Amino acid sequence: MSAVLVLLAIVAGWEAYVRLSGIDNFILPAPSAIAQAIDDDAALLWSNFTVTAGEIALGIGAALALGLAGAIAIHLSDTLRRALYPLFVGSQTVPIPLIAPLLVVWFGFGLTPKILIVALVCFFPIVVPTADALRRVDPALRKLMRTFGASRWQTFRMVEAPAALPGLFTGAKLSVAVGTIAAILAEQAGSEEGIGHLVRQALPQFETARAYAAVLMLSVFSIALFSLLALAERRLLPWAHPSTKGTAP
Amino acid sequence: MQTPVTAPRQAVAMEPRTPAVSLQDVVKRFAPVRRGADAVVALDGVSLEVAPGEIVAVVGPSGCGKTTLLELVCGLTDADAGSVQAAPAALMAQSDLLLPWASALDNAALALRVAGESREAGRERAGALLQDFGIAGFEHARPRELSGGMRQRVAFARTLLAGRPLLCLDEPFASLDALTRQEMQSWLAGALSRDPRSVLLVTHDVEEALVLGDRVVVLSPRPGRVVATLGVDAPRPRRRTDPELVALRERVFEELRT
Repeated sequence: MSAVLVLLAIVAGWEAYVRLSGIDNFILPAPSAIAQAIDDDAALLWSNFTVTAGEIALGIGAALALGLAGAIAIHLSDTLRRALYPLFVGSQTVPIPLIAPLLVVWFGFGLTPKILIVALVCFFPIVVPTADALRRVDPALRKLMRTFGASRWQTFRMVEAPAALPGLFTGAKLSVAVGTIAAILAEQAGSEEGIGHLVRQALPQFETARAYAAVLMLSVFSIALFSLLALAERRLLPWAHPSTKGTAP
Repeated sequence: MQTPVTAPRQAVAMEPRTPAVSLQDVVKRFAPVRRGADAVVALDGVSLEVAPGEIVAVVGPSGCGKTTLLELVCGLTDADAGSVQAAPAALMAQSDLLLPWASALDNAALALRVAGESREAGRERAGALLQDFGIAGFEHARPRELSGGMRQRVAFARTLLAGRPLLCLDEPFASLDALTRQEMQSWLAGALSRDPRSVLLVTHDVEEALVLGDRVVVLSPRPGRVVATLGVDAPRPRRRTDPELVALRERVFEELRT
């Protein structure tokens, strides 16, 4: 609630500054001008926004699948851990603004290089908390399962996999933040549509308000996606969160 | 004092039933913590036996290898020397080890699910036992919503439902406050009298050992050795203030001091 008040104060201050200083709208558009741009360019903004949103969703989806598989692989096998972990760390050191144009050269202006870059950026923040959660399972719990005669698969399915879910959610939330940036970087390296492309086009045309509107849309999308994940996590994993429910006597 | 591993044991000759647990001169060492240091000897020639249906309590100071003893009996680790024979055992650890995402019902049914029973069948059997254990109304609560005593009851229900003839209890009430611990001790004594099992109970609480055990085995500080075995013949239900138990307690403390 207080965040809304702070936001309103910033918007009001911004509007007042633009009006009182008489600064040109193509240098710094007022919030009212941005709102007008959203209304005027709704169709244009929306068609480019859906492209970028699709890139982010597909990229994060791919990163979730690969990250989960990677976390399980290094959890189950020490050999794989030694073989793969350095590569996972290496994936995070790849300078995205430099690799993005190379992937565009390779795969063209389409969807593929964008998904690859979002997945590459999001893979690491997913694999690390998931693998850590798998590792943090109490060894005494594994011993208990052994005394029950549980197979490796049963221990994984009944004990380790549920324990890893909070880690997977943490990774997914982190990747929403970094995935958005990755998608824009990928689009700026070469594309014919998407928010990154739209902003690139808008500035030389002095459509600064449209560029701001595009940025705003993408931010709202990221926040909504993050909130959705947080909500799903609270709903699906209530045990992983401090509860307000009291303790039985 | 201890018979060699290969020698025929008199107890077996006199007792037609095989013991639930039979340890003979068991030695367990752990690899040194740092290079160059000596190996840590956790157990140094421990022999003890648990007859079917008997409750044997093992007491000893912290670090005398009590938990190692139970892990040997449960087959979680191997002895470096000596022989370990034990009936199939279910282990109940110091912390309740309940799954935080599962209800009391599903936690209690964990061993049944591992054994391949359906979710419904497991819940039905677990529900009946939890009812007996005074958890009625909390079957669907998650562990965090249960009190410490309730969590230990659920953990004990899970141990019983594993269906093993031998129960290995590792300081089952150490994490509870003194009052709840006493309550839980008399509750456990009652539960075991209704559903008798062979029990190997490990504790550093001498009173707990005397209230629950048919026999009390006293271990020395590391390396763990058996320094005394005391029979507890006091009638049940027992109270920690019974004169017999008070007298025995002094004897156990004396043995622990030597």
